[in-house]
Amino acid sequence: MDDVRAGIADLGVAQTATSEVFVVELAEFSGPLDLLLSLIRDEQIDIYDIPIARIAEQFLARISTLKLDEAADYLEMAARLVRIKAQMLLPRREGEDVWEDPRAELVRRLLEYQQVREVVDVLERRSEERRGRFARAYSQQTIQLPVAGPLRISLPELLSAVDRVLRLARKPHVHDVVPRALDVDGAIGIVRALLAIRSHAQWKDVLPRNAEPWEVLSVLLALLELAKRGELRLAQPRAFAAFEITRDSPSEAA
Amino acid sequence: MTPLAKLLEAALFASAVPVPVDALRAMATHADDGETTLESALEELRSHYDIDGHGVELIEVAGGWQILTRPEYTEAIERAQLAARPQRLSAAALETLAIIAYRQPIGRAEIEEIRGVGAGAILKSLHERGLIDITGRGEGLGRPLLYGTTPSFLEQFALRHLEELPRADELAIALRAPRQATPTSAPAIKDNGEAPPRAD
Repeated sequence: MDDVRAGIADLGVAQTATSEVFVVELAEFSGPLDLLLSLIRDEQIDIYDIPIARIAEQFLARISTLKLDEAADYLEMAARLVRIKAQMLLPRREGEDVWEDPRAELVRRLLEYQQVREVVDVLERRSEERRGRFARAYSQQTIQLPVAGPLRISLPELLSAVDRVLRLARKPHVHDVVPRALDVDGAIGIVRALLAIRSHAQWKDVLPRNAEPWEVLSVLLALLELAKRGELRLAQPRAFAAFEITRDSPSEAA
Repeated sequence: MTPLAKLLEAALFASAVPVPVDALRAMATHADDGETTLESALEELRSHYDIDGHGVELIEVAGGWQILTRPEYTEAIERAQLAARPQRLSAAALETLAIIAYRQPIGRAEIEEIRGVGAGAILKSLHERGLIDITGRGEGLGRPLLYGTTPSFLEQFALRHLEELPRADELAIALRAPRQATPTSAPAIKDNGEAPPRAD
């Protein structure tokens, strides 16, 4: 009896050891396709003719010791393998031409993945080549972390330090905004005077030569104001074209 | 050395990253060294380092040029703790990077489909290392983010340009004749069969 118990205990130990090995091993695989490819390589199997039952079994055995949440991607692959295995078992008629191999999609993915692995080899070589050379580096300033603890400093010392900093700091240059009042009333006078002579006018007629921005704004506001009062009408034949101004005195409209 | 070669040497020395050819060309034009072209000046500088025997060499990388230390001094430099080699990327990160390099712009779902594993964390860390960048948004559900490689990727993998990566049909696996159980179309990293990145 004791022997048997001891045997079981040994077995338990052995299993734990094995499962630990499994976890470490799986960390070496970058995914289920990687694991699958390594199985295929180990067994020296033809990738185009995978004995799916055997591989599915081995795949399940390799992932069985993993925790579920860690192995979701592997479990999905296991389920896929089992499904393909079941599909392979379905009877098919002898000499049937159009038999779609249920393994075809898996083979396609494995080949695609193998290409990725090949590129990874290239990248690894290249990056090793580059890692072996240094570019000129930015000089790294080593930052001396202040020693933790209360500062030993008196108030006058602190104030004089602040004063020094403030004296060093230049006065920030602030942009001066010159107030330039708009002369809307003046512009209204100009527009009215012009419309007293002519019934039609153009935008450029009411604008002084070489007008400053404030003058342009004044004229624009004056026109809008007069249009609101019903003294003139504004029209713009198309976007960005010049205004056309038409006299529209209230008396005429009436 | 010609004045232009000296100027380029100074410019390359001053920069910690590869200097794009355009920037060098602009400098060459500005310097107006009528005799020497940019190409001949670079060649002059390179052979100056190679023939006279210097600790550094001139390397063409990531669409530009860079002065790098020679490999034989790497260990000594590292031992003296003057510089450290960057960490190697994990196999999973390299796979993800390989897929992006060939299929960019590419969304996360497509990467995950090829690798059969979730890619979120890896994409984040590759992005943080400056090897990939978000290049846009794809069509379709949720307008997924699309990723592409950066100039820094070229630099860290000693590539002059993406076309330097092997073409899909140059990879060994593509050379195997498909047999009975294979799908009709030969597998290619680019699914549309279009020539993978290579200009010539």
